[in-house]
Amino acid sequence: MADTEYALEARGIGKRFGEFWAVNNVDLKVRRGAIHALIGPNGAGKTTCFNLLTKTLQPSTGKIILDGEDISRLRTSDVAKKGMVRSFQISATFTDLTALQNVRVALQSSHGSAWRFWSPISSIYKLNERAEDLLEQVGLADARDMKAAELSYGKKRALEIATTLALEPKVMLLDEPTAGMGHEDIEPITELIRKVSRDRTIVIVEHNLSVVSTLSDRITVLQAGQVLMEGNYAEVSSDERVIAAYLGGVDDAA
Amino acid sequence: MRIALVLTGIALSLAAPFFVYPVLLMTILCFVIFAASFNLLLGYAGLLCFGQAMFLGLSAYMTGLMLKTTGMSIELAILASALISAALGAFVGFVAVRRSGIQFAMITFAFAQFVYFLLLQSEFTGGEDGMQGIPRSNLFGIFDISDSMTFYYFVLAATLLVILLVYRIVHSPFGEILQAIRDNEVRVESLGFRPERFKILAMTISAGLAGLAGGLKATVFGFATLTDVSWTVSGEVILMTLLGGLGTLSGPMVGAGIIIVMNDELAQFGEWALIAQGIILILVILFMRRGVVGEAGALIRRIRSRKAN
Repeated sequence: MADTEYALEARGIGKRFGEFWAVNNVDLKVRRGAIHALIGPNGAGKTTCFNLLTKTLQPSTGKIILDGEDISRLRTSDVAKKGMVRSFQISATFTDLTALQNVRVALQSSHGSAWRFWSPISSIYKLNERAEDLLEQVGLADARDMKAAELSYGKKRALEIATTLALEPKVMLLDEPTAGMGHEDIEPITELIRKVSRDRTIVIVEHNLSVVSTLSDRITVLQAGQVLMEGNYAEVSSDERVIAAYLGGVDDAA
Repeated sequence: MRIALVLTGIALSLAAPFFVYPVLLMTILCFVIFAASFNLLLGYAGLLCFGQAMFLGLSAYMTGLMLKTTGMSIELAILASALISAALGAFVGFVAVRRSGIQFAMITFAFAQFVYFLLLQSEFTGGEDGMQGIPRSNLFGIFDISDSMTFYYFVLAATLLVILLVYRIVHSPFGEILQAIRDNEVRVESLGFRPERFKILAMTISAGLAGLAGGLKATVFGFATLTDVSWTVSGEVILMTLLGGLGTLSGPMVGAGIIIVMNDELAQFGEWALIAQGIILILVILFMRRGVVGEAGALIRRIRSRKAN
């Protein structure tokens, strides 16, 4: 199954809130190893679509296929175990734990030690080496023993990525990774995402079009809960419907 | 320095009954356990249980019932009752952990009121009068520990064991996950865990420890009353925890000591004790948000870092 062409597929997924279809009959094929961006004006259904893919929300219609396997009815935690892990728009660290502990929590996910309330913490020190490796990869080697709360915003996001990488995900879903960042932080994070995208499939929801243009191999544009078009950045940015959608909305296209 | 503090504490508690009324000391120890059980939930799992007294009270009655009607040795009666409380904790947890924050608090409160009502109506509890004349049977069926002085050391040993156990739980792989859930539950779930299951286990352990406190308390006083199950006790343990310092290991224990001694000192003034408690709570919330132990720790760190500079 692992050699299917698409790592992640959505077939006709939809989500209804009351009478309103936030996402309606969306098809999405994410090629293995690609960075695939979801963009669209505010209210286009990007976040809902993202939440459906990550199984944070249950789809009202349609199917979601991960590596050829139907995951439509699984919960987030099961999907994570199958190798698809999401990040969050607001930084999602464990504020009162150190950077090392943050990553170690994730490492415990597959280590099977999480239930041991009778074991001393030293019993999982063997995970530290791997955790330090991951911190090193995202440039946080110095922050090992700092509490997440004390880290700068950019470093928190890097810590999140290290935590996500601890699960060795095949597919990473990133929810606006540069949201709320100053210019000085955007470039390192973009670089980091590119670095970790090797051997991985990445789906990214992003407002910042310059980030989208530098990172993504493929872009799907959503509007009013439906797919407006799909293509690479040159195709998408020159498409008149896309330009109209962005200019027509009361929206921050930049 | 920390080791010195712990050793001093142990030495003091060994010598204490020669200087202070043992029953008062034992009451403090029971509430030290009770506060530690509560702190495990609120301080480390972020769960505000507003019905912790149900585990204390139920176990107090169960211990009384077993000691009065069977010839069980005292430690077995207390342990069995603690297990019953733990089972209740697992059940309440199972129902309540899907909710968080104020909803979780209200569900646990509702359960506690229900348990209160059941115990009030039950024949064996003695209703409003409470259950009187609970005997102290022999330890391990052999040792007579009914004398207050001896019994104090039994309660002290139990308390130290509980403190060690809580320390171990907090500093365990499970404890690390629990603290992660406290900080960001959704994120923990996204990493492949089922947070609600961890919270149920935390509830179970916490309820068991609260039950231990209840069983000991019933044997300290020789009676169990509805007060032990009442919501005021559930509230008092919140006060103890916040006063001492939430999420610090020793804070809630110190808080328990302060509140019990204060209640004892102020008992002669009747209802004024409650007013004093209220004023202290307000002062702590306004000026000592980290509690007595939390603020003391912060002060020491500040002095140290000043020295380092």
